[in-house]
Amino acid sequence: MEMTDKRTITVSVNGTKHTKEVPVRITLADFIRYELGLTGTHLGCEHGVCGACTILLDGRSARSCLMLAVQADGHEVLTVEGIAPGPDALHPLQEAFRDNHGLQCGFCTPGMLTTLLEFLGDNPDPTEQEVRVAISGNLCRCTGYQGIVLAALDAAKRMKAGRA
Amino acid sequence: MKPPPFQYHDPKTLAEAVGLLGTLDNAKLLAGGQSLMPMLNMRFVLPDHVIDLNLVEGMAGIKETDGVLEIGAMTRQRELEFSDLVAAKCPLLHQALMHVGHRQTRNRGTIGGSLCHLDPAAELVTVCMAHDATIAVAGPGGTREIAFADFPAGYLTPAIELNEIVTAIRIPVWPAGHKAAFIEFSRRHGDFAIVSAAALLQIDGGRITRASLTIGGVAVAPVRATEVEQAIVGQAPTSELFAKVCESCRSFEAMADIHASAEYRQHLAVVLARRALEKAADLADNAPWNRAH
Repeated sequence: MEMTDKRTITVSVNGTKHTKEVPVRITLADFIRYELGLTGTHLGCEHGVCGACTILLDGRSARSCLMLAVQADGHEVLTVEGIAPGPDALHPLQEAFRDNHGLQCGFCTPGMLTTLLEFLGDNPDPTEQEVRVAISGNLCRCTGYQGIVLAALDAAKRMKAGRA
Repeated sequence: MKPPPFQYHDPKTLAEAVGLLGTLDNAKLLAGGQSLMPMLNMRFVLPDHVIDLNLVEGMAGIKETDGVLEIGAMTRQRELEFSDLVAAKCPLLHQALMHVGHRQTRNRGTIGGSLCHLDPAAELVTVCMAHDATIAVAGPGGTREIAFADFPAGYLTPAIELNEIVTAIRIPVWPAGHKAAFIEFSRRHGDFAIVSAAALLQIDGGRITRASLTIGGVAVAPVRATEVEQAIVGQAPTSELFAKVCESCRSFEAMADIHASAEYRQHLAVVLARRALEKAADLADNAPWNRAH
């Protein structure tokens, strides 16, 4: 069997279009990290349990370790690098994480941020319980989740104020 | 971890997909990827060909015709979760979806993929058994329908041929006003259940006129508690009645694995059967297992 079945794909990542020839078996996560050099997307378990590799595909959260890069052909990907409005500014969600001890080692943070970005779009005024369910697919070994939950609730307030 | 080498195919029509599946050796169908991709990454499966169904036209959608909810096999779990039609017509499916994985996996995961993976404790499998669903499949010889009771052939094995593709799920809807409850016991939110229970009740004039009770996670496929169903039809719904009749669930043949012994699964079957019936009949107190989450 041909060991290196390849395809040329075009994926928009954080607003920039990338056209690359990739092996068909490469995951979207490895494409983002190794082909594009965007190492903000972290890989923990690589089988869909830890949530660290969560990205937004056409605005919807997805585990990038559970997708092939070829499946993102023609689609838009947002990674943690694309969340902030500019190089010198943070997104209100990121500010809320900084101010509420929402991270310590930072390994789970990219997945937490992308997951919560979609969730707070779906549910702009969540309860604490709803936040806990929303991040139930993202493992954090540092914070005990308390700071992350506080940050998400604080971010909801900041994002609402920003829209007013 | 990397998937093993394979050749990738992305057909645009069902006929093309059926053709590929019928001619390629050692091929795997890729639906939402939330089970197959981990199995590829861990190299539990080593296919020579992966046939991606994500670009096949006409395999997704939800509609109701003559009291039957027809769901395309490639319909994402998220679409079902946010469907007003599903919430109104099939509250059991809506409740069960809240327990299926996480938002990130429901955004990709499909109903057809979950049913074909056929995890014994998968919520959608239990719902299809509870609702007497029908599975529509397409193969080289045409299409056919399989009653869900006949769909599980064994552990993780649906009763379809190697050259057949599940195209749709047909769920007969219960009359408006029927009661539904889906509950489960799992270690963490979003995990597969260790044991789950799905209850459907129709109550007229204070008496149960129709009942469906299904226990998932105990055996290789969900089992209908027909003894309980028969014992409660014609009766007034009470906690005492449910506690008495659900004892029969202890006799279910049960699996043992690292998560739970067979005896513990049988115990959970009894307890969750009663709780599901109580919840469906609005008899439940404000116990943690009955709170919305």
